[in-house]
Amino acid sequence: MDIQHFTYLLQGLVWTLFLAVIGFAGGIPFGILVALMRVSSSPWLRRAAMAWIGLFQGTPLLMQLFVAYFGLPLLGFNVAAWAAVAVALTFHASAFLGEIWRGAIEAVPRGQTEAALALGLHARSRMVDVIMPQAFKLSLPATVGFLVQLLKGTSLAAIVGFVELTRSGTIVSNQIYRPLLVFGVVGAMYFAMCWPLSLWGRQLERRMAAATAK
Amino acid sequence: MKLDFSVVADAWPTLLSGIMGTFYLAFAGMALALVIGVLGVAILRLHKAVPSLLVNAFIEIIRNTPFLVQIYFVFFALPLAGVRLNPTLTAIVALGLNGGAYAIEIIRGGVESIPKGQTEAGLALGLHKHEVFRLIVLMPALRAIYPSLSSQFILLTLTTAICTSISAYELTYVGQRIEAETFRSFEVYFTLTIIYLLISLVTMWVLSTIGRHAFNYPQR
Repeated sequence: MDIQHFTYLLQGLVWTLFLAVIGFAGGIPFGILVALMRVSSSPWLRRAAMAWIGLFQGTPLLMQLFVAYFGLPLLGFNVAAWAAVAVALTFHASAFLGEIWRGAIEAVPRGQTEAALALGLHARSRMVDVIMPQAFKLSLPATVGFLVQLLKGTSLAAIVGFVELTRSGTIVSNQIYRPLLVFGVVGAMYFAMCWPLSLWGRQLERRMAAATAK
Repeated sequence: MKLDFSVVADAWPTLLSGIMGTFYLAFAGMALALVIGVLGVAILRLHKAVPSLLVNAFIEIIRNTPFLVQIYFVFFALPLAGVRLNPTLTAIVALGLNGGAYAIEIIRGGVESIPKGQTEAGLALGLHKHEVFRLIVLMPALRAIYPSLSSQFILLTLTTAICTSISAYELTYVGQRIEAETFRSFEVYFTLTIIYLLISLVTMWVLSTIGRHAFNYPQR
């Protein structure tokens, strides 16, 4: 493997990061929406959010990518492959982040809502100023954990034919017939991205456990 | 653009055999994962530096790399190590290694959740040490880890879809063959998505029913 192949892998790595960032950034607003629907007082909104979460947690990410890739053109959106993948990753992230954040919102002690009510805050201020900042902190370890999952999940775009890190690995491997070396390097690149995030998530978790134990 | 699901419906015997393939991969992969999980925890409990380091390195590598890269690696590494397996068996090895890393963490958590004082209390009450192990260590530990192992099994079942990348025989592989014959891409993958959803819903229901009957003694 010479420098040219290595640069090609690095180009794939940039696309992997790009997909993960888009999926995560898109997943944040939709995830907040799903979480708020999931804890709303309307049973229909709650059920819709539960169905959305169940759909994405109960099917393989690969199928979600395929359905978006072949389904968007049928709906009249002639988008590029990366855009179809980005849409699928965004919806996927919205369901998982929504479920994580629902748990965090419900984990904020009930007394906080009661205190906010007693102070005469209206519903929007109770959620935005009192509950959500605390829920954000509580949800951080799980959110970072999901980011690692999403980064790994972008590799499935390779099966749809999109040239990200794994796909560029397959291409280089077919050229130089050194699959173990190439996939070893590709694996090391994923590890270099995911491991620091995992360590950070674990550190956040430990700090939080210490804080709540007091 | 008109949708035509009839070609997918006509292929139902093929889809059914694909579903069986998916279950086969999931069960065999989970069985291997549990063996690796128990072995890994046994090694960690030796409290020897080097073996523990190796087990922890294994866990970190598996957890921080994509399954697709792992299965490619296994696919190319096994023949070099002199092991010739068909794609389906190769997929089981990859699924077992992947699930094994998560199983070690789950089982370790369960074993650590039983305080030592509980065993001592059981012995002090005059229970035989086999009874102590079965009733006071094993059952509560199993009950503690059962929900996590159940969701791990469902995750592993969904992961089997990726095994199509090495042409292992399962639902997604079968779907790709139907797609190649009919060119009805959206219809095929939409149907597969619904089938996977049903598989995970039914599996979740069966596992929670088993769990309720197997561990239905009082909480305290």
